[in-house]
Amino acid sequence: MKAIDANGTYKVFGKRPDKAVERLRAGATREELRKEGTTAAVIDASFEVEEGEIFVVMGLSGSGKSTLIRMVNGLWEPTAGELQVYGEDIVKMDQQQLRRTRREKVSMVFQHFALLPHRTVGENAAYGLQIQGIGKDEQQKRAKEALRLVGLKGWEDSLPGQLSGGMRQRVGLARALAAGTNIMLMDEAFSALDPLIKREMQDQLVDLQSKLGKTILFITHDLNEAMRLGDRIAMMRDGRIVQIGTSEDILNNPANDFVAQFVQDVDRSRVLTASSVMAPPVALVGAEQGPLAVHKLMRENQTSRLFVVNRDRTLAGAVDEERVVAAAKEGAKTLEGILDTTVVSVPANARLSDLLWLSANSPKALAVVDDDNTVVGVIARVTLLQALAQVRAEHASALEEVVSA
Amino acid sequence: MIASLVADGSSGLPRIPIGDWINSIFTWLTDNLSGLFNVISDIVGGLVNGLINVLEAPNPIVLAVIFALIGLAVRGWQFAVGALIGLLLVISMEQWEFAMQTLALVVVATVVAIVIAIPLGILAARSNRASSTLKPLMDLMQTMPAFVWLVPVVTLFGIGVVPGVVATIIFALPPGVRFTELGIRGVDAEIVEASHAFGATPRQTLFGVQLPLAMPTIMAGVNQVIMLALSMAVIAGLVGAEGLGGQVTSAISTLDLGLGFEAGLSVVILAIFLDRVTSSVGQGHSGGLFRLGALRRKGAGAVDEELLDTDEEGAASPPPTDLPTSVRA
Ligand SMILES: Nc1ncnc2c1ncn2[C@@H]1O[C@H](COP(=O)(O)OP(=O)(O)O)[C@@H](O)[C@H]1O
Ligand SMILES: [Mg+2]
Repeated sequence: MKAIDANGTYKVFGKRPDKAVERLRAGATREELRKEGTTAAVIDASFEVEEGEIFVVMGLSGSGKSTLIRMVNGLWEPTAGELQVYGEDIVKMDQQQLRRTRREKVSMVFQHFALLPHRTVGENAAYGLQIQGIGKDEQQKRAKEALRLVGLKGWEDSLPGQLSGGMRQRVGLARALAAGTNIMLMDEAFSALDPLIKREMQDQLVDLQSKLGKTILFITHDLNEAMRLGDRIAMMRDGRIVQIGTSEDILNNPANDFVAQFVQDVDRSRVLTASSVMAPPVALVGAEQGPLAVHKLMRENQTSRLFVVNRDRTLAGAVDEERVVAAAKEGAKTLEGILDTTVVSVPANARLSDLLWLSANSPKALAVVDDDNTVVGVIARVTLLQALAQVRAEHASALEEVVSA
Repeated sequence: MIASLVADGSSGLPRIPIGDWINSIFTWLTDNLSGLFNVISDIVGGLVNGLINVLEAPNPIVLAVIFALIGLAVRGWQFAVGALIGLLLVISMEQWEFAMQTLALVVVATVVAIVIAIPLGILAARSNRASSTLKPLMDLMQTMPAFVWLVPVVTLFGIGVVPGVVATIIFALPPGVRFTELGIRGVDAEIVEASHAFGATPRQTLFGVQLPLAMPTIMAGVNQVIMLALSMAVIAGLVGAEGLGGQVTSAISTLDLGLGFEAGLSVVILAIFLDRVTSSVGQGHSGGLFRLGALRRKGAGAVDEELLDTDEEGAASPPPTDLPTSVRA
């Protein structure tokens, strides 16, 4: 079951919203409706958020992100379409069912923290539990634990006004964690913070997420933040979701010019991973093969270097043409002695920014391996440079075939 | 038909008999609901007289000292000394008894006004329709000259302290409603939204978030209610309400300049005392004992910090154990 499942969801503000939805379905634009005084905040939004995923909604101000996230916990009722949370349709719920969903399934973190200034940090963190009618002791225990998780141990008795912005948002985070819901909605939660603190909070969120396995729907207008956090990203523009995909999908195959322009300034090295730029290995040599067979393989593939794998396809090393030829002349029957075991291998999910340094120190191609140390691809230095230079995928792969391995 | 309309008045407009309508409404009210008005009369009269008895029971000086101590608790010693001097002056001018009668009237009228005003204000804050219905009503109550309220009230309740209280309630009510609405509507929308987002019922949001955060504004409204009640209580002397208003009325009818001034000065002293006490309860500032008590409940660390007015880092609070330094910088 999906944590969140939206299907053709609309939200229109203003007069006669149902009529406006019909007109949108018939092809009317947002601008046409705006002239008549109705705002189509979210238009035909369909997306699914998997359990345990960080799903980022990214778009400029006014593109409908806040409205979208507020439909998920029923703060705004969708004008049309379906919106399910763990299989239950939010649209059909009455107020009491909505409150139950908010208490048990979906909590929220706000841009300007939204803490109660007259209550202590501990009481703020316990707010959701207090609303749920949980006993005082239990409240305190769970609030304390949540505050510890976000690094605010010992601050229970302070007032929010005594904390810095970053710390206040940690309280906001603790409040959502303490509520014990599986889903957390975060609307521009880090947008009001200084850049350095923002980075820290992002790292902490990823860390917490991997520890606790929460499902996070995160909203931002900052593409770098989206790419840093999101397992998948939905790009929104003028009320519509224009593309959904991993950060690499969006960088490499932007759905339209809008997205392409948007991603132009992204630091690609921090987003792209080894697996997205690697080329498939042209050929792999079995460790038991002889120099003659290997040399033949090299000539067939027009390459001077090949990776050598063991029987279980794990990486054993590489061989170079000169040494293969020399060994063949000497009549050697195996590759023993000429195997280059200093091959640099990198995990498939390594960021390009981490590969740059490795590649700078070794002129030879990098082997890309998966979790089992099986060779899945190869990255030559030029491949790396091309990826960073945003050379279009087709050109790049044509070049790679000549140069790699 | 037009001819007959023109013939009625020189303006050419028909005479709309609002005055007649009001008269017949009030005749109907007195004829049919006199039982209800008697009950209200008994309750209000009983409350005021009971309170007067309480206020006149102790020695005036003892009571003045008690009031000064209240001043000490909520504002500090300078105010307490000033209040004591003022109240002793009232005693020495022989206006204490009347001042206490006025105070009783003001207190009863204020309590009733607030009990009515705050729920109305909450209603107005929650519903735009209620707000736009109440607005002209409040305007009417507040801008109608104060004296005008005395006429219908006397028609219904006769002469004495009761019509004084009722007229005072009507006159003093509007700021209570307005400030309550304003306060609640002014609460940070994101905090209210957070309350909803965590599954709070409207009631939990009202009592846990909206009212506490609106409290300074609501208390400013209560302060206004008290001030208006005091000014109206003096006017109520005209319909036979005892107290400083009665003194002023008799000073006017006998042209007794000295009595008029002494009674007026007593009103001023009472007004300043009530204003300062209620406004500082609302804002919760300054270094009175009341404040210290409130802080102590938060724990010792908070007291030190607030009194020393330290920065965010808060020397008295424990440092975060595993927080990177840049967060605190
Ligand atoms: N309560 C509302 N009433 C009318 N229009 C609204 C309301 N809330 C948002 N809108 C409009 O809907 C559009 C999307 O707003 P929002 O969801 O806040 O965008 P974002 O969060 O992406 O900045 C905007 O044009 C905004 O003016
Ligand atoms: Mg927004």
